[in-house]
Amino acid sequence: MSAATAVDERLAPASLVRRLLGRPELGAVVGAVAVFVFFSLVAPTFLQASSLSTILYSASTIGIMAVPVAMLMIGGEFDLSAGVMVTTSALVSSMFSYQMTADVWVGVLVSLLVTLAIGFFNGFMLTRTKLPSFIITLGTFLMLTGLNLGFTKLISGTVSTKSIADMEGFPSARALFASKWEIGPVTLQITVLWWLALVAVATWILLRTRAGNWIFAVGGGADAARAVGVPVVKTRIGLYMGVALCAWISGQHILFSFDVVQSGEGVGNEFLYIIAAVIGGCLMTGGYGSAIGSAVGAFIFGMTSNGIVYAQWNPDWFKFFLGAMLLLATLLNAWVRKRAEASK
Amino acid sequence: MARVRTGVRVVGAVLAAVLGASLAGCSSTGGKRAEERAKAAEAGRPAVSTPRWTFAMVTHAGDGDTFWDIVQKGAKEAAAKDNINFVYSHDDQAQQQAQFVQNAIDQKVDGIVVSLAKPEALKDVVQKAVKAGIPVITVNSGSAQSAAYGALTHIGQDETIAGEAVGTELGKRGRKKAVCVLHEQGNVGHEQRCAGAKKTFSGEMENLYVEGTNMPSVQAAIQAKLQADPSVDAILTLGAPFAPTAVKAKEAAGSKAEVDTFDLNDSVARDLKSGALGFAVDQQPYLQGYEAIDLLWLYRYNADVLGGGRPVLTGPQIVTAAEAAELEEYIKRGSR
Repeated sequence: MSAATAVDERLAPASLVRRLLGRPELGAVVGAVAVFVFFSLVAPTFLQASSLSTILYSASTIGIMAVPVAMLMIGGEFDLSAGVMVTTSALVSSMFSYQMTADVWVGVLVSLLVTLAIGFFNGFMLTRTKLPSFIITLGTFLMLTGLNLGFTKLISGTVSTKSIADMEGFPSARALFASKWEIGPVTLQITVLWWLALVAVATWILLRTRAGNWIFAVGGGADAARAVGVPVVKTRIGLYMGVALCAWISGQHILFSFDVVQSGEGVGNEFLYIIAAVIGGCLMTGGYGSAIGSAVGAFIFGMTSNGIVYAQWNPDWFKFFLGAMLLLATLLNAWVRKRAEASK
Repeated sequence: MARVRTGVRVVGAVLAAVLGASLAGCSSTGGKRAEERAKAAEAGRPAVSTPRWTFAMVTHAGDGDTFWDIVQKGAKEAAAKDNINFVYSHDDQAQQQAQFVQNAIDQKVDGIVVSLAKPEALKDVVQKAVKAGIPVITVNSGSAQSAAYGALTHIGQDETIAGEAVGTELGKRGRKKAVCVLHEQGNVGHEQRCAGAKKTFSGEMENLYVEGTNMPSVQAAIQAKLQADPSVDAILTLGAPFAPTAVKAKEAAGSKAEVDTFDLNDSVARDLKSGALGFAVDQQPYLQGYEAIDLLWLYRYNADVLGGGRPVLTGPQIVTAAEAAELEEYIKRGSR
């Protein structure tokens, strides 16, 4: 019953140090500092302001999805369809606007409904069939991959969408989902703001609202939670719709940033979101974790994938370095957490 | 249950509102209407009265590959004209691709078109087809193995030659330091293109591997590369969808590098025209599909063979701003 302990911790007077040690993201923060120091030493351009803005952009595109994925993992489930759902959402708005010759905003809204419906479908199927989320979302993942390709081919005759950049509503939609500001040498992408806002909202939900307690309770033990009156079904469906909402935001960013969407994209990205959440301190078993942790996890990912390029290492080994860095960061994170728990 | 029903009603109402808005909120620019307005009806009736032969095409394309989509389009249009029953299958795993060729042999098709991205894996099955009396034409990859395996002709672009053309063009444009962006780690054709370009390029060239299925990470990686090395003055992408992303990365990094690419699509045509891209190298995928089917037909009808045992090259063709304007119409309809 981690919900009860979480409440107790907040009520009990504790020193700042002890409270810090109890936070799930502590290990990730130590890991992030280690990765940061490492690349600052080996890559001369890593510390440049413009480089940091590149890293932030890269982290934000993973981070926007890592937030709801972390919440879902705290609730004890995960979602393998999250990666392709982003592509689905981008494809729907692009193709709807194009085929109907409608204002781009209409496509954006239709896409929101469709994406939320997919999230609802995941949650509904999960709670109705009682099958593990691995099976349900694997099914959704495969179906969406096929639908993305099949529908795009059927409707536009090719495997990527047509450009909608010359249509009405495009500039304003681009301003919301894909604008950027030049601040001196730094380019700030709007995805970074979306990301920070989502982390703040998720943290507020998790720590300050009743729904947050429900999420921890459901992840800690669904039957026990149901016994004390937590609406388990509603909580789970809500969490899946949260993933869908963020998939919609990411999908619209991809559409308005790159104007053309390829139907085969997004496969495999679901693992990046899960990796970010896990590095950030979410347990694979549920009931423990934080939204801030997922943000730190995404940041580690952004630093690693771009740091390798800044360090100008032999590109043949790129994937190996990436895997090794991620593994090390996660191990360090686990070690710090163990020390923190031991000191309690 | 009452709550569920209200939910359905709310969703229905929202859907109705959106559909209503879509009728009212029409875009007066772009979209399908513009496309239809521009496009005249195209008839697809056979032009010959030869028997209805069945030709199978088996490629190593992955799901949703824009390039192979154009190859397939070319093959289909040739099949329609030649009164051919056209069967297409593809798989990026060599073993599965060989299985598909075997299936075609089992069905006793009248001709097979196959791409040899992994020649060794397909050697047995191609020879089996030839032995069974089925004419085989290889396309795109496998120019070196084609004749040895018993294929009539190979139609495609030699990746190394295409790369070399790029290297020469970059040198002509006075570039000093180039980055070759590979979006699929382990793809032999990609390595050959970059190696070919490196060979003829007078300056220095480096490879950069990016995650092709994740566009934002492609952008970030190119951006990072340009920030790490400000002396880079040319970026070469190996697929059309990555060219506009490279342009974005270059702008974000504040670099002056020229972006060039392999293959065409409508964004590339637009960027070529506006000068955001230097040049594109086209290997004419439509021609690869079209010619393969048409040559099989010619062989069946008239025992004609093209190429005299040597590969028939469909590229490289260098496309710059001037040609882009001319080709735009064909690019838009998806045949260039």
